[in-house]
Amino acid sequence: MTPQQRQELTATALRVREHIVRMSTDGGCFMGASLSCADLIVYLYRHVLRITPATVNDPSRDYCFLSKGHDVPALYGTFAELGYIDRERLSHHLKTTDSIYWHPSRALPGVEFHSGSLGHLLSVGIGVALDIKITGGSNRAFVIAGDGELNEGTMWEGMLVAAAKKLDNLVLLIDRNEFQANFRTEELIPLEPLQQKFEAFGWSVRATDGHSFDGMEQAFKGLPFSPGRPSAVIATTVRGRGLPSIERRADRWFVNSSHEEVEQLLAELRGGTESTLTSDTLMVR
Amino acid sequence: MTYEGLLYRTAQADDRLVVMTAENRAAIRGLPVRLGDRFIDVGIAEQTMVGAAAGLALRGRIPIVHALAAFLTLRAFEFARTDVGIGNLPVKLVGDVPGFLSEANGPTHQAIEDIALMRGIPSMNVFCPADVEELVAGMPHVIDHRMPWYVRYNAAPATVRHTAPFAIGKAEQLAAGRDVTILAFGFLLREAHAAATLLSARGVTVRLLNLRTLKPIDEEAILNAAAETRLLVTVEDHFETGGLTSIVAELLMRNRTTVRVLPIALPDRWFKPALLPDVLEYEGFTGARIAERIAAAL
Repeated sequence: MTPQQRQELTATALRVREHIVRMSTDGGCFMGASLSCADLIVYLYRHVLRITPATVNDPSRDYCFLSKGHDVPALYGTFAELGYIDRERLSHHLKTTDSIYWHPSRALPGVEFHSGSLGHLLSVGIGVALDIKITGGSNRAFVIAGDGELNEGTMWEGMLVAAAKKLDNLVLLIDRNEFQANFRTEELIPLEPLQQKFEAFGWSVRATDGHSFDGMEQAFKGLPFSPGRPSAVIATTVRGRGLPSIERRADRWFVNSSHEEVEQLLAELRGGTESTLTSDTLMVR
Repeated sequence: MTYEGLLYRTAQADDRLVVMTAENRAAIRGLPVRLGDRFIDVGIAEQTMVGAAAGLALRGRIPIVHALAAFLTLRAFEFARTDVGIGNLPVKLVGDVPGFLSEANGPTHQAIEDIALMRGIPSMNVFCPADVEELVAGMPHVIDHRMPWYVRYNAAPATVRHTAPFAIGKAEQLAAGRDVTILAFGFLLREAHAAATLLSARGVTVRLLNLRTLKPIDEEAILNAAAETRLLVTVEDHFETGGLTSIVAELLMRNRTTVRVLPIALPDRWFKPALLPDVLEYEGFTGARIAERIAAAL
C-alpha cells in the first residue's frame, strides 16, 4: 500500500466516523458497533469489493451483506463518501421522508439486503454464492457479521452448509470488537478459540487488526484463501474506535447525543480532548 | 402428471427454477440427477435453506423449497417472514405432510397453525391443493406469480371431478345448494364432498366450495354463500384460530355481514396421532361425521 493510499483511506474513514457521530443525535444510533467496523467497511469498498456506484445492479458485482445491521451508519457513511448516495441524504436519518433508520434498508442504493435480526444474512449470502457457482460467475459474496452474532445457531448452521457446498466464493468477516450489546463476549458467551472453531467447520481463516489498513491488505490477499473452502476474516477491532470517551464502554453501545455533545465528539475524533457525555444511553435495545 | 414431473418440465423450460430441500426428498426423488446443480439439498437446516432461497431469488432464481410443513413454517418462520416476506421475493415454500397428513408422527410434526403463520406475512400467498391434479394444475400459476407462496403440499389422488380451471383466488363450486355451504380446501375436500353427498340424500341441499387458495381467497364466493345459504361450514385440519374460520370471520366482519357459521376445525389442542383414517374418525372429520355435525346444526 502506498502512503498516499493509506492517507486516503485514513481520511475517508475519519469522514465516515464524522457521519456516524452526526447520526448519533435526534434519536441516536448504534455508535459503538458502527465505529468498530468503519475501517473495515471503508477498506472493503475501496480495495476489495468489485463494485462501484455505477454497478450496484450489475449481476457480476461482488455482493456485500451487512448482517449485523446495527452498524448501518458506518455503511451509509461509506456510501456517502464513495458516491453511492448524496452526503446530504444522511441528514434524513430517522425521518419519515426517507428510509434511513437504525437498520439497513434496500431503499438505499448499494444495500444488498435488509437486516437487523441477527444470524440471517450468512444464509442469504450462501444463496447468492450458490447461484454464482451455478452460473459460473467469478464474483463473490461477502457477509459482515458481529462477534456477538455468533451466538445465533444459524451462523454455525450456515457455516456447515457453506463448507459442505464448497463455497470458496463466500467470505465471512467478523467484526471482533469483543462486545455484544451490553456485555463483553468472553464474559457472557465465550467465543474463543474462534479461529479454531472456524477451521474445524471447514473454513479457511485469517485474522487481522481491523483498524490497520496494511493488516487488512495482507489479510484479504489471494481470495479464496483455499480453493474449495469458504473464507473467513476475523478482524480484531475496538468498539467505539476513534472516540476514547466511548471506546470499550458497555453503556455506549447505543448513543443518543445532544447537539453539544456532537460538536464535542467531532472535535474528539480529530484528536481533541475526551468528551464528557451526559446524555441518555440505552443499556438494552 | 406427477408433481416431480411438473417441476422437471418447468425447470427444463425455465432456467430460473431451482429446487431446494432440507433433506426431504420424498416428492422429488428423481430430481437430483435430472437437475444437477439446480437441485440443492442443504441437509437438516430449514433456516439456512429459506435464507439461501432468498439469496437465490435476489439473483433472479425462483426457488421451490421443500421441507416438512411443521419445520418449514415453524423452525424457519422468521426466515420466511424476514428474508422472503420483507424482501417480497418469489420463493415458493412447499410444506409436506401438513395438517392431518402427518398422521401418527405426533404433535411435533403437526402443522396445524401453518396457514395462520403464513397468511400473516404481508406478501405471502397460500395454496392448498385438494389433490395431485390440483397441485399440478396450480403450481405453474404459483411459480409464475412474482410473489412468495406457501404450498400446503398434497399429492393424493383426486376423488372429485374438477370442473373449473385453476385460477388464483378463485373457488371451484362442486355442488349447488341453498341450505348449507361447505367451505373446504386441501385433502379434506374429499370428506367434505362425501358429507355433501350424504346430506343431499337426506334432502339437505349443499353448496360445496373448493377454495384452492386461502390467500388470496375468493371473497365474492364466500359473501355470495353467506347471502344465499343459511349456514356456512368451514372444514379445516388447522386450529380454529388463524385459518379458514378466522379468514371467514374477518371477511364477514369487514363486509358487515352476519351469517351462521359452523367451524369444523381443530380446537385448542393437538390431534390424536394415528393413521389417517383413524385420525379422521377419532377427530370427527370423516364425511359421515362432518354430515352428522352439520345436520345437528341445522
